[in-house]
Amino acid sequence: MIHECVDQFACQAANINFNVDGLLNGFWQLTIDGLSWGAIYALVAVGYTLVFGVLRLINFAHSEIFMLGMFGAYFCLDFILGFSPSGNAYNKGIGLTVVYLAIAMIFAMLVSGSAALGLEAVAYRPLRRRNARPLTFLITAIGMSFVLQEFVHFILPHIIKGYGGSNAQQPIILVQPKTQFTIFGASVSNVTIVIVIAATVLAVLTDIAINRTKFGRGIRAVAQDSTTATLMGVSRERIIMTTFLIGGVLAGAAALLYMLKVPQGIIYSGGFLLGIKAFSAAVLGGIGNLRGALLGGLLLGIMENYGQAVFGTQWRDVVAFVLLVLVLLIRPTGILGESLGKARA
Amino acid sequence: MSHRESEDTGSSKASGLLAPGDVLRQWWADLDRMAKWMVGVVLFGLLALLPIFTPAFLDTPGISFGGTMAAFVMIAIIAIGLNVVVGQAGLLDLGYVGFYAVGAYTVALLTSPTSPWNQVGADGFLSKDWAWLACVPLAMAVTALAGLILGIPTLRLRGDYLAIVTLGFGEIIRLLADNLADITNGSRGLDRIAYPRLLENEQRPNGVFSNGNASGDMNYGTWWFWLGLGLMIVILLLVGNLERSRVGRAWVAIREDEDAAEVMGVNTFKFKLWAFVIGAGIGGLSGALYAGQVQYVAPTNFNIINSMLFLVAVVLGGQGNKLGVIFGAFIIVYLPNRLLGVHFLGVNLGDLKYLFFGLALVVLMIFRPQGLFPVRQQLLAYGKSARNLLRTADDEKAAA
Repeated sequence: MIHECVDQFACQAANINFNVDGLLNGFWQLTIDGLSWGAIYALVAVGYTLVFGVLRLINFAHSEIFMLGMFGAYFCLDFILGFSPSGNAYNKGIGLTVVYLAIAMIFAMLVSGSAALGLEAVAYRPLRRRNARPLTFLITAIGMSFVLQEFVHFILPHIIKGYGGSNAQQPIILVQPKTQFTIFGASVSNVTIVIVIAATVLAVLTDIAINRTKFGRGIRAVAQDSTTATLMGVSRERIIMTTFLIGGVLAGAAALLYMLKVPQGIIYSGGFLLGIKAFSAAVLGGIGNLRGALLGGLLLGIMENYGQAVFGTQWRDVVAFVLLVLVLLIRPTGILGESLGKARA
Repeated sequence: MSHRESEDTGSSKASGLLAPGDVLRQWWADLDRMAKWMVGVVLFGLLALLPIFTPAFLDTPGISFGGTMAAFVMIAIIAIGLNVVVGQAGLLDLGYVGFYAVGAYTVALLTSPTSPWNQVGADGFLSKDWAWLACVPLAMAVTALAGLILGIPTLRLRGDYLAIVTLGFGEIIRLLADNLADITNGSRGLDRIAYPRLLENEQRPNGVFSNGNASGDMNYGTWWFWLGLGLMIVILLLVGNLERSRVGRAWVAIREDEDAAEVMGVNTFKFKLWAFVIGAGIGGLSGALYAGQVQYVAPTNFNIINSMLFLVAVVLGGQGNKLGVIFGAFIIVYLPNRLLGVHFLGVNLGDLKYLFFGLALVVLMIFRPQGLFPVRQQLLAYGKSARNLLRTADDEKAAA
C-alpha cells in the first residue's frame, strides 16, 4: 500500500514542475514583470505597516480599502470621465491618457482614504476607548472586512446600477499594453513604466512625509511611545487618523495601478488575496517599518514571479504564502527589522 | 468583570449568587450526577426530535429542515473544536477550514471512485458498507497529524502573527486541493464518496444515509443530524473532561497570561500544541461528516471565508463556553437558511449572511467582546473552590 502510494505520487507529481531553465531563460522578463507587481504590493503594504507601527494592529480590512479604491477608480473612469467598458483600448495620446489616469487615481485615493478614515472611526476608535485586547481588534477587522465586501457584493448594485454584484466589472482598458523598449532582452511595456514611475513617486513622497515633515515626526513619536508623545503635545487621535489616511490613499493609488495591470480584476472579493500578499510583503520587509514595506513589496513581487516560473503558474499564490510562513518562522522581524519608531529621526 | 459582578450581587443578599446566569449554573451544580445525566438525555432527546416534530416558527420553508440541522451539527462540532483552540487556549486560528478540508479530503480520497487512491471496490481494502465509518478515525488521525505539522513551527508565534500564518495555511490547503489535479481532480472535485449503508430496503435501495432518501421528515439530512448529534455529544463529553483536567487549566493559564503560565511551570508550547492537535482532529471529524453527507468535495467548499464563519460562531456564542458556541453554530447555520428566499427591498436576505455576521462581529466586539454567553473566565481560572469561597463569604455576610 505504501509503495503503491509512493509510486503513484511520483507519477502524479507532474502537477508540480521544477523547471529551473524557465527561470534562467526568462530571468529579466520575470524580474521586470515582478517589479510592477511588487510596486503595487509595496503601496498596499505601506498601509499595513504604518497602522501596525502606530497601533500594533493588523488592519485586516485594509484589503477591502484597496477593493473600494478599485471600484472608485472604475466609477471615475466610467461615470465621470465617460469611458465605457470596451474590448479595445482607448487611444487618447500620451498626454491626455496621463491626465485621465491622474484624475482617476486622485478619485480612487479620495474613496480609499475616506473609507479608511471611516473604518477607523466606526470600528477601531470605540475599541480603543474601551482598551480592548489585540484579538478583539483583529476580529473586528475581520467583521469590517465582511461588511465592506458584502456591501459591494449585494448592496452597491441596488444603489448604483451596474456596479458591484457577484461578477467582475467589464474591463475598461485605458492603456493598451505595448512594448516600449527592451532591456537585457526583456520587453518593458508602457503599463509597467506607468506603474513603476507612479509607485516610485508615491513611495518617495511618503518617505519624505514620514521622515521629514512635522506630521511624520508625530507619527514616529506615537509609534515609539504613545504616552510620552501625548505628553509632548502630539494629538494621538489625529496621528492615528493621519496614519489611516495615508494608508488608504496609497491603497487607492495602488488600486488604479492594479486596474491598469489587471483590467478584469475589479470584483468585490478582489482585495483579499492582494491584501494577504501585501501583508506578507510588509512582514517580509519588517512590519512597522516604512522602507521595509517598500522593499518587501518589491521582493515579494519578484520572488513570486520566480516561483511561478519554477513551479508553474498555478503555484503563484502558494509561493507567496509559503514565503510568508517562512519569513515569520525564520526572521519574524523581517529583513530590515527596525520598527517605525526606532528608525532614525 | 467578575469583580464588578460580585459587587453588584453582594448587595442583593441571601441569594449568594454572582450573576443572573448563575441561577442556572447554581441549579445545575446542585443536581447530582444521575440527575445531570437525565436532564442531558432529555434535552438532547428533544433536540433530536426537532426535525420530526418541527415547530412551525422554527421551520425553514425554502430548504429541508433536516438538512439544515445536519449542517448545524457539523458546524457545531467545528465550533467545539475551534473553541478548544480559540476559546480555551486563546490561539486565534484563521485557517481552521484547512483542517475541515483535510478531514473531508481524506475520506474522499480513500472512497471516491474518481480518486486514484480509491480503496473501495474489488482491489481496495475497504468494504462498501463500512468504508465511511472506517475512514472517520483515519480522517481524524490524518487531520490531527496535519495540526501537529502546522503547529510545531507556527506555535512559537503569538497572537496576530499566528492568525495570519494559519490563514495562509488554510489557503494553501485549498490551493493544493485545487492544483494537484491528478490526485484531487482539481476544481471538478471528488464525487460518489462512501456513506454509511444502513436500513437498505426496496424504497431506499441505498439506505437512509444516501442522498436518494430526500423526501419527508426522515430524509437523509435528519439521519445525518442524528449521527452528527451522537458524535457531537461524545466530543462534548471528551472536551468537557479535558477542560476540567490539568490540560484545561493549563490552557486557561496560557490564555490569560502566557508569560505568567510559563513562569509557573506550564510547558506552554506543549499545551498549545495539544490544543491545536485536538482542535484539528475535531475539525477533521466534521470534515468527514461533511464528505459523507454531501458525497462530494470540491475546493470551493473550503474557501477561507468559511474559516471566518466558524470564528463568528465561536465569538458569537462566547469564546470558551462550549454550549455557547453550539448556539453560535446554530445561529450561523439556521439564520441564512431561514432567510433564504425572504426578500426585502429587492435584496434576498439569505444572501446577506456575511454582511449580517460581519456587522454582528463588529457590534459584538464593541459592546460585548466576551460573546452572548460568556464563560466565567476568571473564576474558572481560580477553580470551583474560589467560587464556593465567595459564595460562603456572601452567605455569612447575609447571615450576620
